[in-house]
Amino acid sequence: MTAKNNTIYFDHSSTTPCDQRVVDAMLPYFTTIYGNSSSRNHAYGWEAEDGVDTARAQVADLLGAQPKEIIFTSGATESNNIAIKGAARMYAKAPVGSDNRGHIITAIHEHKAVIDPCRRLEREGFEVTFLEPGADGIITAQMVKDAMREDTILVSIMWANNELGTINEVPCIGKACKEHGALFHTDATQWVGKMPTDVEADNIDLLSLSAHKMYGPKGIGALYVRRRRPRVRLEAIQDGGGHERGFRSGTLNVSSIVGLGAACAIAKQEMKAEGERLKALRDKLENDLMSRLEVVEVNGHREHRLPHLTNISFGFVEGESLMMGIKNIACSSGSACTSASLEPSYVLKALGVGDELAHSSLRLSLGRHSTEAEVDQAINDIAAAVEHLRAMSPLFDLWKEGVDISKIEWQSH
Amino acid sequence: MAYSDKVIEHFQQPQNVGSFGTSSDVKDRSDIGVGIVGAPECGDVMQLQIKVDDSGKIEDAKFKCFGCGSAIASSSLATEWIKGRTVDEALEIKNTEIVEELALPPVKIHCSVLAEDSIRTAINDWKEKNGHKVEDDHHHHH
Ligand SMILES: Cc1ncc(COP(=O)(O)O)c(C=O)c1O
Repeated sequence: MTAKNNTIYFDHSSTTPCDQRVVDAMLPYFTTIYGNSSSRNHAYGWEAEDGVDTARAQVADLLGAQPKEIIFTSGATESNNIAIKGAARMYAKAPVGSDNRGHIITAIHEHKAVIDPCRRLEREGFEVTFLEPGADGIITAQMVKDAMREDTILVSIMWANNELGTINEVPCIGKACKEHGALFHTDATQWVGKMPTDVEADNIDLLSLSAHKMYGPKGIGALYVRRRRPRVRLEAIQDGGGHERGFRSGTLNVSSIVGLGAACAIAKQEMKAEGERLKALRDKLENDLMSRLEVVEVNGHREHRLPHLTNISFGFVEGESLMMGIKNIACSSGSACTSASLEPSYVLKALGVGDELAHSSLRLSLGRHSTEAEVDQAINDIAAAVEHLRAMSPLFDLWKEGVDISKIEWQSH
Repeated sequence: MAYSDKVIEHFQQPQNVGSFGTSSDVKDRSDIGVGIVGAPECGDVMQLQIKVDDSGKIEDAKFKCFGCGSAIASSSLATEWIKGRTVDEALEIKNTEIVEELALPPVKIHCSVLAEDSIRTAINDWKEKNGHKVEDDHHHHH
């Protein structure tokens, strides 16, 4: 294990620590209440089932849904796969093996756990439209309406973007889908537990969430599947004992489900105050960095975004070296060097952010345990690192001399 | 990704950062050779300036670098290695030696290539300014 003493954790969009209250709720389910929740004929099973029922109600309550509409999965990746592939295959306009099986709408800056299932459906005879956001990163209802076709089966647009925190026009997109008769799925992994959700008012048919983004355990999540107006049907991916109304077979992960439920109950109580506190800290972080340094840009819409994260570019400084310079802050970068692909972030690219600013970006995401002292420390560390790197950046020199970097003919490989 | 101690050392205390003047300042100076390689959209740009005496010896070298830690370390190391060498000796430096010295992982080999290119480009610039024949021999190894 690498040393992480004194390292500030500003990577809550990647994952969150488990809340101690969540752990406490889970513990009895490993050693005492260990029955199989499907065992209908003895007390061990009933106890476990009670735990699952409570959790299902807690998740439903956070979403404004009915408990029966909640399917437990292993996380948002699985929820997205079940929703997208399950809906497309169930409502296909033509049988397996044919073309023109139906149309799906999504966006180019979705998470890979949405893009890749859509790509697979393309190979199965479905047609997919990948919408491009504006420079603010937002997908509007109008963009979705303009892409609608007679054979549109499904629209899958995330609620809040994981790299930018930008918020798409979900309630209005849902309304457009309803009017058109298409199903609406939203990957709400970054949204749920931070912002209020009401699947009725927000016009949602299918919604994915994951516990580990909201202070619950890793490897557990849920899919909301609407049961009334319309009753959504899905072709299951995983066949077996018919658990979870046949949508997702397999013995339930009772302890983690209990943890997810507890995380939802806590979020419901605390998210409003927590969001306000984190927004103040995030704004301080951004504003102080912008007043201390030149050429700092926030990526994505400044208002329509989650309160706890910022995606921010520091001109003339490369992201990986910046992260090396702030080794006491755990965060993410859109720089190519931090990804396996050596491509800068496809999300920032989708916004039309110049490649050099994409290479210069950091995503800092605060969370439940973040403090003002950590923010102050981060401001100092980041400003010092940017200054250290700009002192050796040839691009910063050119900018100071007034040279337009985009006009230079670079000798690239 | 974990960095080698040498990369971290160069990153924290880069050697010979700076320049002998802006591009326009040094454009007409025959004792200075300039090499700028890479591109901002690729995430790395290296600028190497060398100061060469009448005998063809590199008296001093300065670099600036926009890039990842390995790119910064590669350019810092390059300046250390070429100082005191003749231009012809400096042209002998291979990117693979930089890879070895800094223990660069395969994904960072391009940083060493860029450093080697910056050396050659700076020397060629000096040679052209001084009417020497410029040999263009790409010999780096990926
Ligand atoms: C928007 C979004 N969708 C899906 C996922 C995948 O979630 P999980 O790790 O629960 O499969 C993530 C997390 O990385 C995410 O941010």
